[in-house]
Amino acid sequence: MDLKDLYRDVIVDHNRKPRNFGPMLSPDAHADGHNPLCGDRLTIYVSLDGDTVKEAKFEGSGCAISVASASLLTEAVKGKSVAEVDKLYGEVHELLTRRDTVAAPGLGKLAALSGVHEFPARVKCASLCWHTLNAALHPPQAAVLAPTSTE
Amino acid sequence: MNAALEPTPANTAPFDVEAIRADFPILHQEINGKPLAYLDNAASSQHPRVVIDSMSNYYERDHANVHRGVHTLSQRATDAFEAARENVRRFINARSTKEIIFVRGTTEAINLVAASFARPGIKPGDEILISWLEHHANIVPWQLLAEQTGAVLKVIPITPEGEVDFSAFEQLIGPRTRLLALAHVSNALGTIVPVEQFIAVARKHGVPVLLDGAQAIPHSRIDVQALGCDFYCFSGHKLCGPTGIGVLYGREAILDAMPPWQGGGDMILSVSFKGTTYNQLPWKFEAGTPDIAGVIGLGTAIQYLESIGMDRIAAYEHTLLEYATARLTTIPGLRIIGTAPRKAAVVSFALEGIHPHDIGTILDVEGVAIRTGHHCAMPVMEFYGVPATARASFAFYNTRAEVDRLTDALVKARDYLT
Ligand SMILES: Cc1ncc(COP(=O)(O)O)c(C=O)c1O
Repeated sequence: MDLKDLYRDVIVDHNRKPRNFGPMLSPDAHADGHNPLCGDRLTIYVSLDGDTVKEAKFEGSGCAISVASASLLTEAVKGKSVAEVDKLYGEVHELLTRRDTVAAPGLGKLAALSGVHEFPARVKCASLCWHTLNAALHPPQAAVLAPTSTE
Repeated sequence: MNAALEPTPANTAPFDVEAIRADFPILHQEINGKPLAYLDNAASSQHPRVVIDSMSNYYERDHANVHRGVHTLSQRATDAFEAARENVRRFINARSTKEIIFVRGTTEAINLVAASFARPGIKPGDEILISWLEHHANIVPWQLLAEQTGAVLKVIPITPEGEVDFSAFEQLIGPRTRLLALAHVSNALGTIVPVEQFIAVARKHGVPVLLDGAQAIPHSRIDVQALGCDFYCFSGHKLCGPTGIGVLYGREAILDAMPPWQGGGDMILSVSFKGTTYNQLPWKFEAGTPDIAGVIGLGTAIQYLESIGMDRIAAYEHTLLEYATARLTTIPGLRIIGTAPRKAAVVSFALEGIHPHDIGTILDVEGVAIRTGHHCAMPVMEFYGVPATARASFAFYNTRAEVDRLTDALVKARDYLT
């Protein structure tokens, strides 16, 4: 195990300087996420233009992995349709949980999370924001039909 | 006054930590290519070879059910089981083995007291008094009791140093207090609570006292008679013994007056549909086939600790605590959380700009095992306004070299993430 696999430069940078960090005044969708084991808490806000994510922001506190993952998420989903975000959610989930998976080409900077699967105790840190975003875009009644795995 | 917990370095024979380490098979391994430095003893401690052997010997040669057969194996198992009870009695200086009840652990001991001692006769508005320092195991059973009976849970505040506020306690205890349930040592901060002072006040008010000794018993000599508590609870697995076994000490007269907790085999003398007669103490509280191997392992762990000497263990651990405190405070941005003047060998800390979870991962890659999180004491975290802390907790088999490795790994964590 090499720490450099987990704490890639991109991760360290997004932890130090989280992008799109802060409240959103009148979001079209938002949800809170909490990981009771480590105390990570975050809120994801989304503004929509029809079916397209105009902007995503987040607030909260957590470890470097969860903050960087949320920061990367807010950049990655901007301008994508909800269906595209759902596809990305699936790809990130694969990346975080599957061994020796090659980062899907569309992941861009999110590929920096590819070392997380070597640290199983940290997978939930990286996925918390994605589960939270999913809950924001697909509020509970929809989520019952399409349950999301929490690993 | 605090003799029961003060490190008293009476035995000045040099403490041969390397010889002690040789007794612990698990310590001699590499984690991620680095020698293991196990600094998570407050969560669970490791086992010397004699403890592991005592349990496998039991399974290989002596296993049968206890208290119920005339055949040789059942007799052997019963003898070993009851001999372990005597070891526990001697270890905590209880008057009688009738006062030693085997349970699953501290958690079960406290739940037993809540159900069989506190619950009968409690009235709405009666109060249970605990402190802000408590482990969830000494909070939630009382919250459940309060919900079910209308009793009220009162919480003694703590000071910024992490001490239980004695003058606030004197204000809070009163005519409605039914029980004072206190941690002897805080698992999250290491604070040694001067329980003798609290017990003296409780006595004046006629309030019985339960001590959660889970973190005190591995670090010091406990004398329940000198303490004067009514209940003392602890877990085997924090004492170099197995998981799944623990002890409730209760004063005999009180245990006698309590109704049984669980019903079943072993806790009865005779059963008939006209009426059932309960067994004597301690078996009245031990329904069903117990964790025989666990009890034997615990008895052996106690003998092992006695052979080293709890006073020498306390003195050695105290030097480790002082060394660790001195080394860690040299790290810029490191803040020790819990700075009571009297502490067990537990150091909780925060590192500015780095979440404890990241510290835990980076240290693990360096072979250093610590605990990060809320330590099952979320009110303590809330008090300090942190979601979690990193905690290094030492045992008598830890070394100064391991403290150095902890320090170096923390410096590395800082360099990585800030
Ligand atoms: C102070 C304290 N009380 C209670 C417990 C609960 O012990 P167990 O989980 O062995 O029942 C612990 C263990 O973490 C503890 O540290």
